[in-house]
Amino acid sequence: MDFSFTKEQESLRQEVRDFLEAKVRDGEFQVKSNGWVESHSQKFSKDMSSRGWIGMTWPKEYGGHERSYIDRAIVMEEMLTYQAPIGFHFLADRQVGPAIIHFGNDEQKKTYLPKIINADISIAIGLSEPNAGSDLVSVKTTAIEQGDFYIINGQKVWTTGGHRADYIWCLVRTDLNAPKHKALSEFIVDVKTPGITIRPIINMAGIHSFNEIFFEDVKVPKENLVGPKNRGFYQLMAQVDYERAGLERLMQNYPLFKNLVEYVKNEKRNGKALSKDPFIRNKLAELEVEYQIGRLFCYHVAWTLSQGRIPNYEAALCKAFCTQFEQRLSDAATSVLGLYGQLMPGSEYAPMDGDAADSYLWSVSYTIQGGTLEVLKNIVATRGLGLPVAKS
Amino acid sequence: MDFSLNEEQEILRNMARNFLTKECPKSFVKEMNEDEKGYSPTLWSKMAELGWMGFIFPEKYGGMEGNFLDLSVLMEEMGRACLPGPFFSTVILGGISLLEGGNEKQKERFLPKIARGEIILTLAVTEASGNYEPEGIETRFIKTNEGYTIDGTKVFVPDAHIADYILVAAKAKESKGNNGIALFIVDTKSHGITVTPLKTISGDKQCEVRFEGVKIKEDALIGGLNNGWSIIQKIWPKIVVARCAEVVGGAQEALEMTIKYAKEREQFGQPIGTLQAVQHYCADMVADVDGCRHITYQASWMLSCGLSCDKEVAMAKAWCSDAFRRVTAKGHQIHGAIGFTEEHDLHLYYKKAKTWELFYGDSNFHREIVAQQMGL
Ligand SMILES: Cc1cc2nc3c(=O)[nH]c(=O)nc-3n(C[C@H](O)[C@H](O)[C@H](O)COP(=O)(O)OP(=O)(O)OC[C@H]3O[C@@H](n4cnc5c(N)ncnc54)[C@H](O)[C@@H]3O)c2cc1C
Repeated sequence: MDFSFTKEQESLRQEVRDFLEAKVRDGEFQVKSNGWVESHSQKFSKDMSSRGWIGMTWPKEYGGHERSYIDRAIVMEEMLTYQAPIGFHFLADRQVGPAIIHFGNDEQKKTYLPKIINADISIAIGLSEPNAGSDLVSVKTTAIEQGDFYIINGQKVWTTGGHRADYIWCLVRTDLNAPKHKALSEFIVDVKTPGITIRPIINMAGIHSFNEIFFEDVKVPKENLVGPKNRGFYQLMAQVDYERAGLERLMQNYPLFKNLVEYVKNEKRNGKALSKDPFIRNKLAELEVEYQIGRLFCYHVAWTLSQGRIPNYEAALCKAFCTQFEQRLSDAATSVLGLYGQLMPGSEYAPMDGDAADSYLWSVSYTIQGGTLEVLKNIVATRGLGLPVAKS
Repeated sequence: MDFSLNEEQEILRNMARNFLTKECPKSFVKEMNEDEKGYSPTLWSKMAELGWMGFIFPEKYGGMEGNFLDLSVLMEEMGRACLPGPFFSTVILGGISLLEGGNEKQKERFLPKIARGEIILTLAVTEASGNYEPEGIETRFIKTNEGYTIDGTKVFVPDAHIADYILVAAKAKESKGNNGIALFIVDTKSHGITVTPLKTISGDKQCEVRFEGVKIKEDALIGGLNNGWSIIQKIWPKIVVARCAEVVGGAQEALEMTIKYAKEREQFGQPIGTLQAVQHYCADMVADVDGCRHITYQASWMLSCGLSCDKEVAMAKAWCSDAFRRVTAKGHQIHGAIGFTEEHDLHLYYKKAKTWELFYGDSNFHREIVAQQMGL
């Protein structure tokens, strides 16, 4: 057992930190909660790319860096500490790239991986539909073979970053007769293809971050099918483990947490620093313990990956744990601030520029996106602990 | 980073698990809970033969030179088995105190005997106040010509009823406030000592120990006259983390018992483990247990590397205290009425969870330390 980082890892962390400090100094971005989901900068992603921080664990053959998952986690931890604008490449780096590495053919690997690594393209994820969220096997969007093409019809929803993406990674039905889970396939679709319409959805925090996407007779070349036809569902099951494993589930509001600790030290109520209130001390210490355990869960997942194992129940467990921490954090932060806890960013009176209230709104989504808390617990119980699945 | 045990630790763990499965079945645990002594001298000597008592002592004191992380692996297995008896008292409370606070003569005198399983020790700190603060110590000592005289009453002293020696923290008669605390090692056969077992939730043996004009020799002083509290502070992290390691094992066992039951027990024509409410409880339990493991092993690893880790130690105990209690409570819910019976084994862990939560600082106590470490 060894909980330390190597010298090289420590210096990698320092290098990332220096890079980010310089960016903040230059005013390229602001350290603010939810920053990484709200912002998106190809320039920033390109700068990261030039330092080798995209596709870090991927094969060298395709421009990757074959570094360890721990190294990647270190870079992510720093990016999230600063809430750097990593939105441009994030989804592709986190899950589309790994999916292509696992299931794509050589041509696809050569085409897409270097572009992702170089931050030339941004990719969004089109799994969910209005009637298929947790139950992805029920997606209704179809892709029907026609000559050298597939013709896609249907609708996706909640597509994060869809309005800024170059491609959408789509889960679609390619067989209308086969049993549901043997009828799905995955495609990479260029958003400029005629027949695609993207409409914004404003979330309850007032931000345009996700979208609905309509497909009307969209003609997609056959070579854009990733993996064998009708194997999409099985591919997806492996992919989500990558999606669930990350520190981003723990650190979306890291600046809020950090600033809150400082805030209670300095802020006085009834002549006494807030931090001297036993309830507040206890609450913040409780959050700190949870945060640190969540961090160990994340690194444990990264370590498991680095051992060449798929962390399937560990990843589900990690996400379930970390997102609940984040919800408790935003709830505690708003209560600690009292009346000020409701003030949104931009308000003159808002402590920490409204991060508490903003996070409280965002936090609703943490236990929904990427697999709901309930679905994750099902996975831990059945796949992790081997509990039986109900007869249906 | 490496979350795995090394090869020797794996061997140690398997050996300990096999040994305890055979020698310490739940029926034995229950028998010992009812037993006046609460341990089996036969098992005790078998453990000594395996080298467990001297596990982390240097070789020159008859030890095996294991490090604290290795010891945690062993403690985890003891917690899993709910091992009754004075191992924690003798080795962690007594042995480590002597190892870290005693002089060469004292180490030579006591440690080899501990390692051979010949003596049982314990540590008496807490008093009527029930806290772990120097203020709580009211037991007094007076310097005499031959040595010292001790007067006072200690409570929650584990295994004092069978101990050969008690390490006792006392304050100088004339001392005010928190100063002047000394640690003495006292032979329990000394005149003026009365030991009364307390009736506790878990059937483990804790005692009230009265010292009435107990006379001890000069050489019973461990460290300097004013050093008692600093020795306690020095060994405290190891006491706390050793307890957490036991929690890891106990919580894991309670989880496994529960999962096994959820797979077997049928209602409505299906195993109850198919029901989501039950599955979700199990998923919550495993998050608690894995949390205990990561946070405890982190602290334990830091201790064995000699890194300063007050915060990590406090985080471990803060989490383990609550998590073990939650895990066993959910375990009971899943077991239904059968778990509420004396005959079933789950209550052993439910009871331990409460006892271990309360010992060496509960979660509020340790969160306060975390708060201080956060600069609050
Ligand atoms: C901020 C945000 C960003 C998102 N970004 C994307 C994106 O980029 N791409 C994309 O494809 N999707 C995206 N999603 C969609 C997300 O993946 C789905 O919302 C999620 O999978 C849940 O689906 P749903 O909303 O349809 O809820 P439902 O599946 O209808 O669930 C509703 C409730 O029923 C419960 N439930 C459902 N099934 C079960 C079950 N088997 N057992 C127990 N309880 C169950 C759920 O836990 C939940 O409480 C995003 C969502 C959010 C909030």
